[in-house]
Amino acid sequence: MAAIRTPLGRARGLGASKHGVGHFIAQRVTAIGLVLLVVWAASAAVGLSRGDYDSTAAWLRSPVNAALASLTAIAAFWHMQLGMRTIIEDYFARPGAKGVLLVINVFVAWAGAALTVLSILKVALSTSAVSV
Amino acid sequence: MADATHGPRERPVSPNIQFDGGVWRWHLTMAASIAHRVTGIVLYLGALVMLVWALSLASGPDAYAAFAGLAGSWIGKAGFFVLTLSIFYHLGNGVRHLVWDAGYGFAPRTATRSAWVVIAFAVLATLALWGLVIRAGGL
Repeated sequence: MAAIRTPLGRARGLGASKHGVGHFIAQRVTAIGLVLLVVWAASAAVGLSRGDYDSTAAWLRSPVNAALASLTAIAAFWHMQLGMRTIIEDYFARPGAKGVLLVINVFVAWAGAALTVLSILKVALSTSAVSV
Repeated sequence: MADATHGPRERPVSPNIQFDGGVWRWHLTMAASIAHRVTGIVLYLGALVMLVWALSLASGPDAYAAFAGLAGSWIGKAGFFVLTLSIFYHLGNGVRHLVWDAGYGFAPRTATRSAWVVIAFAVLATLALWGLVIRAGGL
């Protein structure tokens, strides 16, 4: 019964059908967002480059700065996860090593985004300019 | 009749790794493509630097001073310079990719020219940003 089905018929519904472009689109959408966010972050970095704590913390207490910094972190970690996934898939043919690296890559991205955003929020929501 | 001299033939090799006498010679668009991937890997580390920056800021003035001290050292400055160059290269070349995605710029001469534009943008934007940082008293 199954033997008379064409290869295309067998493949239908098994692969990435209709979902395969998810990675492609997410990579482009995060890229477009990052073009804007990185330009903002680079200009902000000029003011923050003197490296004193109080002015940097005060800068992050502006909701606009805290939101844009969080979005930069989320978009960057998401985008880099997608890019590193492509690199891993290119260079690691064996399913075992590839799978382990892909999982590590996802964990690094999620952990990095969570730690960065929560650190930004902690500073942004702190009330005192003089923290101990 | 089996012939003993017919061992397993040398398998064909993908063109992109035929560097010695293969079908590819080095050219700018190839180097630009490789640089996009290399700077992407550098920026993976750069995102982790951003994470350490945010963590040290959330940990208080002492931790942030330690981060700022490390960032202000020669190794830190060199690292941030490489990161800046990588950011602007990857940004510029990323836009180049988005233009390709829209269906434009595939002619070899156009692709070579846009690679030069991206390299020039990366260098100039990096120098401009570091100039602004120095003028702001950040170095």
